[in-house]
Amino acid sequence: MEHILTLGFLATTIGATWRLATPIIFASIGEVVSERAGVLNIGLEGIMLIGAFVGFWTMYETGHLPLAFLAAVLSGVAAGLVFALFAITIKANQIIVGAAINLLGLGLTSFLFRTYLVHTGQGVRIAPAIDIPLLSGIPYFGAPLFKQNLLVYSTLLLPPIVGFLLYRTSFGLTLRAVGEHPKAVDVAGRSVALYRYGAVLIGSGLAGLGGGYLTLAHANQFVEGMTSGRGFIALAVVVFARWSPAGSFFVSLLFGMFYALQLQLQAEPSIHIPYQALQAMPYLATIVALLLVRNRMDAPATLGVPYRKA
Amino acid sequence: MAGQTLLRIENVHKRFGAVIASAGASIEVREGEIYALLGENGAGKSVLMSILCGVLTADEGRIVCRGVELQPGSPEEAVRRGIGMVHQHFMLVPNLTVAENYVLGQGSPLRVLSHMKAVSARIRELSDKYGLDVRPDALVRNLSVGEQQRVEILKVLYHGIDLLILDEPTAVLTPQETDRLLELLRDLVADGKTVIFISHKLDEVMRVSDRVSVMRDGKVVFTTDTSATNPRELARMMVGRDVLMELPREAARQGEIVLSVRDLACNNELGLPAVRGVSFDVRRNEIVGIAGVSGNGQSELALAMSGLAPATAGSIRLNGEELCGLSPAAINRRSFAHVPEDRHKMGIVLPLPLTENVILQRYNRPPFSARGLLRSRAVEDHTRDLVQRFKVKARDIDVPIQTLSGGNQQKLVVARELARHPDFLLINQLTRGIDIGAMEFVMQEVLKQREAGKAILLISTELEELFAICDRILVIYEGRIIGEMPPDRSRLDEIGLLMAGKEPSARSAGSEPVRVH
Ligand SMILES: Nc1ncnc2c1ncn2[C@@H]1O[C@H](COP(=O)(O)OP(=O)(O)OP(=O)(O)O)[C@@H](O)[C@H]1O
Ligand SMILES: [Mg+2]
Repeated sequence: MEHILTLGFLATTIGATWRLATPIIFASIGEVVSERAGVLNIGLEGIMLIGAFVGFWTMYETGHLPLAFLAAVLSGVAAGLVFALFAITIKANQIIVGAAINLLGLGLTSFLFRTYLVHTGQGVRIAPAIDIPLLSGIPYFGAPLFKQNLLVYSTLLLPPIVGFLLYRTSFGLTLRAVGEHPKAVDVAGRSVALYRYGAVLIGSGLAGLGGGYLTLAHANQFVEGMTSGRGFIALAVVVFARWSPAGSFFVSLLFGMFYALQLQLQAEPSIHIPYQALQAMPYLATIVALLLVRNRMDAPATLGVPYRKA
Repeated sequence: MAGQTLLRIENVHKRFGAVIASAGASIEVREGEIYALLGENGAGKSVLMSILCGVLTADEGRIVCRGVELQPGSPEEAVRRGIGMVHQHFMLVPNLTVAENYVLGQGSPLRVLSHMKAVSARIRELSDKYGLDVRPDALVRNLSVGEQQRVEILKVLYHGIDLLILDEPTAVLTPQETDRLLELLRDLVADGKTVIFISHKLDEVMRVSDRVSVMRDGKVVFTTDTSATNPRELARMMVGRDVLMELPREAARQGEIVLSVRDLACNNELGLPAVRGVSFDVRRNEIVGIAGVSGNGQSELALAMSGLAPATAGSIRLNGEELCGLSPAAINRRSFAHVPEDRHKMGIVLPLPLTENVILQRYNRPPFSARGLLRSRAVEDHTRDLVQRFKVKARDIDVPIQTLSGGNQQKLVVARELARHPDFLLINQLTRGIDIGAMEFVMQEVLKQREAGKAILLISTELEELFAICDRILVIYEGRIIGEMPPDRSRLDEIGLLMAGKEPSARSAGSEPVRVH
C-alpha cells in the first residue's frame, strides 16, 4: 500500500496518464471541430479503429513510420468522407450514419485483419521515445514525463492550433456560425455544406490519427476492437469540456488518468480489487462525468440537425 | 427627390410546390427614395425581397440594377451591386460578437482575424455617424430585439450597401424606437441611399415613404406616390374591402375576479430584479392592457405568470388557486392560455407540421388522444378548422410551420390559444407581424372572448392595439405598475409620459384623474 503514496508512483502515473490520454485528445479535439459546425459524429470509434488498422497494415507492409501515420490519418479522412456524404449531402440522420460507421469500422477491420494479417503474429516497430535533454533528468518526474514519443508531445500543440483556427481565423468564425445559425452563413453567401464537410474531415482525420497512435505508438499490434470505447469516451469528453479545444485536452487527461490508475493498480500486488472492476474505471468515470454536466446550454444550437436550403 | 430608376424587378415568378409566392411581380425603385411595400400576410413580400438579394432564386423573371442584370441566387453579387437586406427574422449569430457577425463571410476563409480592432473602430465610427449606439464587442445574444435590429441595419451599412431593404423592421420595436428608425431612414436617404421598406403599419408608411406599392397574391396590384393616397385606400387595396379602424364593442361589465396578482416579483435571466412588486386583478368580461417601453419587466412578468420563470415573491391566483410554484405544464392544465412574445422561441416548434403545433399543449388529452394514442382525425379536423377560421395561408396542414409567412405563424398561435377556451388568457403582443385585415379579425376574436366572459391580460408595446380593445391600461415602468389609464386616445401624451417614468403634470381639466399605485 505504501508504494502507492510514493513520488515514483505519482510520477509514473502522470506519465502514463498523458500517454494514455493522447488518442482521446486527438479524437475529442477533432470532434470539437466537427460539432462546432453542427455535425455530431458518433462514428469516432469506428474511424479510430480504421485508423489503427490501416496504420498498422501500412507499417507492416512498408516499415515506414511517418507513412503509416499518414495512412492512418487519410483512412480516417476517407471514413469521414463517407459519413459526410450521408450526413451532410444526403441529410440522413447523423446518429444512424455514425452508428453505421462504427459497425463498418469494427466489421471491416476485423474481416481484413483475419483475412490478411492474423497469421503474422508479429508486432511492428513503434514510434520511439524522445528524450528531452535536461528535463528528462529531473528526479522522479523526468523520465516518465519527458521520455515520450513525438505524438504525445504534439498534443501540447493541438489545443492552441485548433483554438487559433476556431477563434482567430475567418474559417473558424464561419465554422462556428454554421453550427449556431447556418442560415445566417447561407445568407452571407458561404456554403454551409462545404464548411460542414471541412469540419467533419478535420475531425475524422484527427480521429484516424488517434487510432493510428494505438497501433503505432502504444501497442505494436492490431487487435480486433482494440479502441474499446475510446471513441465514445472522446464524445463524452467534448460535452464535459463544453466544446472547447483546451478543455478537451484537460478532460482527456482526466480520463487518461483513470486508464493509468487502472493499469498501475492492477500491477500492484498489495491491492485486492478484481481487475475487472479496475478496468471499468474509465467507463464509470464517463458515466459520472456525463451525469455531472447537466447544463447543455453551450452546445452548438444546430448540433445534429441537417441544414436544408430554402 | 426621386431620381432615375435604380432597380427594376421584372415579372418574377416563384413557387414552392403548389404555393405560388410570386406570380409575375414587377417593381421599379428610383434612386434616393423610400419605397414602401405593403400586402397581406403571405402576399409574397419577403419572398420577392429574398429573391432580390439573392437568398432565393426565382423560377422566372429578371432583376436589373443600374442597367445590369443581376446573376440570380447569389448573395455576394447582390452585395457587390450594393443591395443588402435586414430580414424579418434576424440573421445574426447569437453567440458571436457584433463585430464578428459583421466580418462573417467576408474575405478569404484563410484570413486571420487580426483586423478586428479596425473593424470595431469602423463600426463605432458608423454607429456615431448615424446615432445607432451599437457596441462592436457586445455578444448578440445579450442584446434586446431593438438593439439587434440596429446591429442588423448597421451591418448592411458597414458592407457599403446603398439599397437597403427592411422587412417589417418596426414589428418588434417600441413607438420610440420606431420614431428613431424612421428618422434614420430619412437620414440615410439624405446621405444618398435608397430604401425599400416593408410594413403592416399604414401610418408609418404614410409618414416616411415617397412611393408605395401594394402586393396581393404574389403580384403588385397598385403603385402610387404616397402623397396621392391615404390609409383607407391602401387598406382597401391590400385586403380588397374596407377595413374597420375602430372596433365596435360592448360596454364594460364588471364580472368577478378571475386572476389576481399580488406583490409579484421576479428576476431576469441575469438574476437582477425585473418585476418589483406588481399587483393587479383581471375580471370576467375584461381586457386589461399593460403598456410600457419594452424591457421594463413585461417579458419577465409573462414568464413568471406562465410558470416559465420562478417568482421571487408574491402570489398569482387563478380562480382562487395559487399558480406560483406550479410547473408550466401544470399551469397549462389549469384554465390558462398564453400567446408568448417570441413565437419562434416559445410559441411554436418550427420544423413540426401545423397539426402538431396546434396540439402542443393538449396532445395527451381528449379529444386529441385516447388510450395513449393520438387520434389524427381529431387533430387534423381541429387544425383545418383553425386554419379556415383564422384564414391562415398554408399549402396544407401537414407542412412544417416554418414554411408559413411570419404573420400566418402568429395567426395560428393566436388561434390555438383562443381555441382552448381558457378562463384566463395571457397575451404578450397580439398582432406582431399580422396584416391590418387579419389584425381587425384577430382583435374581434379576442373581443368575442371578452364577451364570452373570459379574463384577458394583454401586454403590448403597441398603444394602438391597447386602445382598440382594452377596458383599462396599466403602465409598467422599471418593473412597477406606475399608473392606470382609461383607453382614451386623447390622453396619449399622459400615457407616453408614464411610459417614460414621468408623472404626467399637465392634466386636462375634466378628465378622469390618473390613478397612481
Ligand atoms: N421556404 C418556403 N417553402 C414553402 N413555402 C414558402 C416558403 N417561403 C415562403 N413560402 C410561402 O410563400 C408565400 C409568400 O410568403 P412571404 O413570406 O413572402 O409572405 P409575406 O408577404 O412576407 O407575409 P408576412 O407579411 O406575413 O411576412 C406564403 O404563402 C408562404 O407560405
Ligand atoms: Mg414577410
